[in-house]
Amino acid sequence: MSTTQDRPLLIAGVEYRSRLIIGSGKYKDFEENLAALEASAAEMITVAIRRVNLGQDKDEPSLLDIISPEKYTILPNTAGCYTAEDAVRTCRMARELLDGHKLVKLEVLGDQKTLYPNVTETLAAAETLVAEGFDVMVYTSDDPLVARRLEEIGCVAVMPLGAPIGSGLGIRNPYNIRMILENAQVPIIVDAGVGTASDASIAMELGCHGVLMNTAIAEARNPVLMASAMRKAVEAGREAYLAGRMPRRLYASASSPVDGTFF
Amino acid sequence: MTIEITVNGKTKTLVAELSLADLLQDLGMTKGRIAVELNGHIVPRSQFSSKTINNLDSIEIVQAIGGG
Repeated sequence: MSTTQDRPLLIAGVEYRSRLIIGSGKYKDFEENLAALEASAAEMITVAIRRVNLGQDKDEPSLLDIISPEKYTILPNTAGCYTAEDAVRTCRMARELLDGHKLVKLEVLGDQKTLYPNVTETLAAAETLVAEGFDVMVYTSDDPLVARRLEEIGCVAVMPLGAPIGSGLGIRNPYNIRMILENAQVPIIVDAGVGTASDASIAMELGCHGVLMNTAIAEARNPVLMASAMRKAVEAGREAYLAGRMPRRLYASASSPVDGTFF
Repeated sequence: MTIEITVNGKTKTLVAELSLADLLQDLGMTKGRIAVELNGHIVPRSQFSSKTINNLDSIEIVQAIGGG
């Protein structure tokens, strides 16, 4: 029996039971990706938009043949875009590709070594996309003022990085994430930086509404097992957050009563 | 008469002016989820048949692939 009274995660009017969002990059094949998706119990999965390879076998299945948009919420991302213009163009293509689907993950990168977001281009792209009717989940730095500005623009979720994309360094600045959470009226989802299960738990214990990850699962030695671990870690972190942790103390506090000792 | 177009960054010579639907058929892209941009503007699927490809047109055809 569950004793939690948690509400579902609400993004752009849709309720999600899972607070874990996973990616579809770096997997060995579509089947491994699907098995990881099932093990993670995630209901939302990111995809990239790229040129069709003109020489490709037309009977070869595509990602969306294996991971069904009817069953899962597909979150097209703008990964690889370095300008607002390219990101907006990518989102328009994604919307056409997915029959008018409005939910997108906006990410505008600043440089190839850090893959840090270019915040000024991100803000510009967010304004355009919101004006065009997109539901924008936005990848950004862990700057609380930028996060608030993105919310004011009308993004449906703000997704600060925990650490650089694909670095697996965990939540490097939990205090900034806490500041972002304090101001937020929309879901705050840590996107990027998670390396292992405890990192996901830490994000959720801070009060984040969800976690988005790709490499931590796809690059694990056993991605399907790691996907299962991440499901539990996100759930455990969420429950710990809701339960409210005990205060930290410098010194010990005995768990057994002192009264009634016979020695 | 031939026309020259660019499809996904590659130059392609066509023998006659085709519709976008004909071109996609030639490229073997009749099934699967794709989106098409013609000279920077998205062409809705419903207009594939009525859209004619002209000389020097630039076409982008995209799909969803794995990504984070």
